[in-house]
Amino acid sequence: MSSVLDVVLSSAFLAAVLRVATPYLLAAFGGLVAERAGVSNIALEGQMLSAACTGALVAGYSHSVALGAVCGVAVATLLGVLLAALRLELGADVIIAGIGINLLASGATAYAVYTLLDDKGGTSGLKSGTLPTVTLPGIQHVPVVGDVVSGQNLVAWLAFLAAPFVAWLFFRTRFGFHLRAVGEMPDAAASVGIPVRRVQYAGLALSGALSGLAGVFLSMGYVSFFVRDMTAGRGFIALAAVFLGGLRPWGVFLAALGFGAAEALAVQLGTLDVPPQLVSTIPYAMTLVALAVYAWRRKRRGAAGEVATASL
Amino acid sequence: MMNEPWGKDGPAVAARAVTKTYGNGVRAVRGVDLEVPPGEIRAVVGENGAGKSTLMKLFYGLEQPSSGEIVIGGQPRTLRGPASAIALGVGMVHQNLMLVPSFTVAQNVVLGVEPGRRGLVDPKAAVETTARLAEEAGLAVEPRARVEEVSVGMRQRTEILKSLHRKAKVLILDEPTAVLTPQETEDLFAAVRRLRDGGMTVLFISHKLREVREISDQVSVMRAGSLVGTVATADSTERSLAAMMVGRDLSLEVERAAARPGETTLRVRRLEHEAPVGQSLHGLDFDVAAGEIVGVAGIEGNGQSELAEILAGLRRPTAGTVHVGGTDTAGLDVAGHRRAGVGYVPEDRLHNGAALDGSIADNLVVDRHDRPPLARRGVLHPGAVRAHAERLIEEYTIRTPDPSVPVRALSGGNMQKVIVARELSAGPRLLIASQVTRGVDVGAMRFMYEQLVAARDAGAAVLLISADLTELLALSDRLLVLKDGRLVARFDDTAGLTEKRVGLYMLGVERHEQEHLTAGLEDRGDVS
Repeated sequence: MSSVLDVVLSSAFLAAVLRVATPYLLAAFGGLVAERAGVSNIALEGQMLSAACTGALVAGYSHSVALGAVCGVAVATLLGVLLAALRLELGADVIIAGIGINLLASGATAYAVYTLLDDKGGTSGLKSGTLPTVTLPGIQHVPVVGDVVSGQNLVAWLAFLAAPFVAWLFFRTRFGFHLRAVGEMPDAAASVGIPVRRVQYAGLALSGALSGLAGVFLSMGYVSFFVRDMTAGRGFIALAAVFLGGLRPWGVFLAALGFGAAEALAVQLGTLDVPPQLVSTIPYAMTLVALAVYAWRRKRRGAAGEVATASL
Repeated sequence: MMNEPWGKDGPAVAARAVTKTYGNGVRAVRGVDLEVPPGEIRAVVGENGAGKSTLMKLFYGLEQPSSGEIVIGGQPRTLRGPASAIALGVGMVHQNLMLVPSFTVAQNVVLGVEPGRRGLVDPKAAVETTARLAEEAGLAVEPRARVEEVSVGMRQRTEILKSLHRKAKVLILDEPTAVLTPQETEDLFAAVRRLRDGGMTVLFISHKLREVREISDQVSVMRAGSLVGTVATADSTERSLAAMMVGRDLSLEVERAAARPGETTLRVRRLEHEAPVGQSLHGLDFDVAAGEIVGVAGIEGNGQSELAEILAGLRRPTAGTVHVGGTDTAGLDVAGHRRAGVGYVPEDRLHNGAALDGSIADNLVVDRHDRPPLARRGVLHPGAVRAHAERLIEEYTIRTPDPSVPVRALSGGNMQKVIVARELSAGPRLLIASQVTRGVDVGAMRFMYEQLVAARDAGAAVLLISADLTELLALSDRLLVLKDGRLVARFDDTAGLTEKRVGLYMLGVERHEQEHLTAGLEDRGDVS
């Protein structure tokens, strides 16, 4: 047991938490923006996966990491717009439409990789590179903090800046005002002349872009290649973080960080004498537990004000 | 915000030969010509469904006229949505307030036209603007309070400030006093007069004639989608306005013979209900006999809804007993109540009365789909369901092309007919009828009245709950009055009873003695 504690308290572990939490943070903020606009983005998973695949492929063929990242984010953004169009123009059920996009992404990425590289597993045969790491000058000399944040990927920095950015967007900008009004009371927003649909389109595009950034990080930062279905449910865990965080930017930040820590722990425990199958369930088990706690707390809070419909 | 220019003269708002026909064929507004000069408070009155609200939606761009034209600021305009109406200086305070609950008062006031630069919102300026507007107009609000935490009156003032912030020159108030206390109403009227004196044109929608007489300069009366006429308020009386609203030709007088009450069907004793939200009930004792209509009067929110829901099995009494035809129903679920012979027309038909997306046919069988002739051995028989629906559609003159039409597509009156058809065709021993004629047209109203009387004559006990005193007095054989969850009056003879007299009990000015309220009720002692 002491070896577990040693691992968890090491600065290497904290650095791993930051790295592992990055995709959760970005995808969760993507989910948060969509949720606050009044459209649940179930397609986070598919958007991440598409961005990861597009990024690795474009970077591999163009030999430009930047171009790969831009294209990856662009594809995820378009998928966000697609979800909005299915919901707002065709009146599709947002859950079904989201699941459709997820299945499409899973199939299409595998197909694209197989067609282009004749490889059913991923793009490990294609040299695509990773996005640059950032080290603030001098910070490596600061004890602990230096070891933890030095050499983190550019996207990881962006992920941690996303929390203040989203908070600023929601509570300081006109767009954020309109987005929250549209999500909470669409009729009220419409009655003061806010273009409800346009705001929702913009919200879902931003949501897609953020989850796209998460996906690009997976294939061009976390590792340097795309693997089939490499998102492994992170989009759904991120969605759990959105609700666990109470739809508030800093709450979502903490929840996503918690899920990142759980996964990092699973990775570290894998090096110890614990059955790997059990260890790899930690993030998912933690999601379930967290959601159960969330639901229980909500129920308790709601019970006081609830109308007596229990006898129905 | 820059307002689009207004013409130098002409009406502030006007409708010219405006007709609005909805997709389902309902013609809500028929050839209305209405002109309101600048700086006038114009009341628009009419019964529910008379077309007042639709006409206002046309002025505010929420609906577009099917024909005719809308004039704002002296010129004909095409309003593509509220945004174009707002740009022309039209503001509207909706009946269901259009505010974002988690936003502060100030944030709601500025929403859509926020102060600030380069896409940012300046929260301090929002608060200052709101405070300044509130001061100028005499509408007291707390700019920093969240809307979900402030009173309904303050929410409404917030709505008005919203319009003022958009530099409205025309303010539409849709039934603004429905949710206000008398004191809040007075304050609102004072503020509205002040706005008028500052040049504002106000359209005041209401069906409360006393208030209309108090606040307006002129009154326009609508009936069944048409404008009946416009009169100077000073030249009108409540009676003359009421006559215009209802129409001289169509009488709502109900022909009914004297009741022949039989045995006691509903017996309520020492009924207590602790309501977590809403009005609790305290020690109710009353009977309803077979073959009589007992009305329940009261200002809305004094326990009528809770009483109806307890009798229908949707809520449980905390103490006391309820018997329907000898069966103790206090502990039963809804199905048990139905088996005991309770029929229920709920006050909110959109939420509790019908499955809106379900067909008429399905809605007509929901209480009896599990037994012959509609089902055999647990399997539904589609032919029987359809035949059943066709029979009831004819019997209750529900206007629809087909039984498969979803209930949502029907007009308010026809929707209500579906519910009444279902409840009455079940042959209830006890019918709880709550706000049966709310929002239905005059024709359907008359039909409902006839049906209720017919049910009574067929031997049903009818408990009629209504906010409409005229309706209660026209239909009830006996009348009870609820105030603060208590029975405060019992009239065993409604002949010669006036609205004014009942009103005194509703307001709590007078109340009957306990002995009078419980006189002649059996079994009061054996209830523990």
